[in-house]
Amino acid sequence: MYDFARGPLVWIAFAVFILGSIYRLVTILKLAKKDKVVYPYLNFKAGIRSIMHWIVPFASLNMRQRPFFTIITFTFHLLLMITPLFALGHLMLLEESWGFSWWNLPEGMINAMTITFLVLAGLLTLRRITDPTVRFISGIGDFLLMLLVASPFLTGLLAYYQIGNYHMMITLHMVTGALWLMAIPFTRVSHMLFFALTRAYMGSEFGHVRGTKDW
Amino acid sequence: MSKKHQEQVLDQGIENGIKRLTPEKIKRVVDRVLKQEAAARLQVYLESCMRCGLCAEACHTYLSRDKDPAFSPVAKVSQTIWELKKRDGKVKPEFFRDMARIVYTECGTCRRCSMYCPFGIDIAYLIMLGRRICHLLQVVPQYLQDTTNSHSATLNQMWVNQDDWIDTLMWQEEELQMENPNYSIPLEKEGSDVMYSVIGPEPKIMAHLIAGMGKVFHQAGIDWTMPATDGWDNSNMAMFSGDMEVMGRVERLHWETAERLKVKKIVMGECGHAYRGAVYDGPRWLGWSYPPIPMVHAIEFYYDLLKTGRLKIKKKFQKRVTVQDPCNTVRGLALGEKLRYVINATCEDFVDVTPNKEHNYCCAAGGGVINCGPPWKKSRMLSNRVKADQLRATGAEVVITPCHNCHAGIEDIVEYYDLKMHTHFVLDILMEVVDFS
Repeated sequence: MYDFARGPLVWIAFAVFILGSIYRLVTILKLAKKDKVVYPYLNFKAGIRSIMHWIVPFASLNMRQRPFFTIITFTFHLLLMITPLFALGHLMLLEESWGFSWWNLPEGMINAMTITFLVLAGLLTLRRITDPTVRFISGIGDFLLMLLVASPFLTGLLAYYQIGNYHMMITLHMVTGALWLMAIPFTRVSHMLFFALTRAYMGSEFGHVRGTKDW
Repeated sequence: MSKKHQEQVLDQGIENGIKRLTPEKIKRVVDRVLKQEAAARLQVYLESCMRCGLCAEACHTYLSRDKDPAFSPVAKVSQTIWELKKRDGKVKPEFFRDMARIVYTECGTCRRCSMYCPFGIDIAYLIMLGRRICHLLQVVPQYLQDTTNSHSATLNQMWVNQDDWIDTLMWQEEELQMENPNYSIPLEKEGSDVMYSVIGPEPKIMAHLIAGMGKVFHQAGIDWTMPATDGWDNSNMAMFSGDMEVMGRVERLHWETAERLKVKKIVMGECGHAYRGAVYDGPRWLGWSYPPIPMVHAIEFYYDLLKTGRLKIKKKFQKRVTVQDPCNTVRGLALGEKLRYVINATCEDFVDVTPNKEHNYCCAAGGGVINCGPPWKKSRMLSNRVKADQLRATGAEVVITPCHNCHAGIEDIVEYYDLKMHTHFVLDILMEVVDFS
């Protein structure tokens, strides 16, 4: 299982992630032609402004009104992306397989980031359970998705500290990491791909067509 | 589904519609709308919604109903479109009683929520899809369907016959000429600069506004006309009931009338959704990117006249005023600043509301909601306690509402919450303060 996870599964995971994402994006961009009011009104400047406003923390009114939540969710997403890219273990494997890598963050820092991420994931899940407004619209899928996203982090941390059977834990880490990559194009994690599209469209409708702001 | 609906409202339009439903009809219509009429936007919006609930605090309905989770924008979609998708259109007829109630009376498609959603999801679009489904299934609130029927038969919202229309205009012209023989309401004057269009209720119950505008046009020296034929009504309740076909017919006639009169632009009265229907939704349904000639909203029109000095103020309005930002003029047209310019130019004591401009709350009357009629009035009132609180905090005597639906809706709120205020159109203020000589 370890050899499979360390070898072919990585290929499969990235293939599904990259090809799947391209497939989703292309089909949505084509489908948008059928939704005849999308392309005629898109405006590059208005779209970019909207995207920028919503990826800068505290730029939009809603973010300023909810500072606590803004900090939690931005940190959550940043850690999600940065931690895997700068973890020493990952970079060593990359070096082994492809002959190149890049600078890594200190291991202690990566561990702190992982723990922080897990705490934030826990807080967001707690919010989903305890806030009646969010609970009303949540389903089992939302909880499973969060579990999937958190699993690589949890198993990675446990493997690093060699809690439990290391061999099993590191295999689980690779398998959950692969599953999470493959989930991107085919679950709600695809919001990663579609954020720019919805934002650019609404930014164009509000900013270009109507002349107002959408934040 | 418990505490929020102590009183079940019985709406004949909805009840009769449900009686006629069959499982085949339901499945056919739901499939048609969700799989053929809707495309990329529906798919992306349903998938990208991360169920974060940030849209909730944007909605006046949710806030006024003590943050009952069933009223948040996402919950309105979850109880309607998500359910239909999940069950692939296999729902019982009774499902549409709740769906019609939610999409027609608990949301006015004001788009405030889209400004709070990190993805900019167009929740109003999803609600409109819900309305489209309800319309095709003929499960529509009675009063709203009546206005749509009126649009279909008479091309205006209020069953006004052509001779009634002409009579009303000539009556208003007579009233004007008693004041000053030089006033007129020119009908069918080809080649004028401006065609003035009004909304349905004006000739029926607010005819004095037409005369008022006549004075403004005359004072500003504008070459204007009005049509004597159908196509004079710029309102479009069909748009809000989901009857896009009739919506398109009404809008096409409106533009063709302007074209027939060979005018350079249309100036419209104080209405919110008329602009939306005439410049955005109507043309898109008809396959145009933009309308053929410009349409100018009354607020922008007054702003131009005041800024360029074509209208002069003899003495500013003295009572303390505050303002309502109609969703379709502020979020739909960025007229927040210009409206405030006009108010400051004409009123001595203006206190703004908080939140304001694009972030102002909906009146809970537009978007077809007040047009659902008396059975839903209580629901409307309960859905906008925050508006009452917002207005009360200004301490104003008068609230300026440059939109007919906002005007009526806020009048109801003033009465229900005992605010001791009066609602005025901008034109009402202009009639008092402009130097007409």
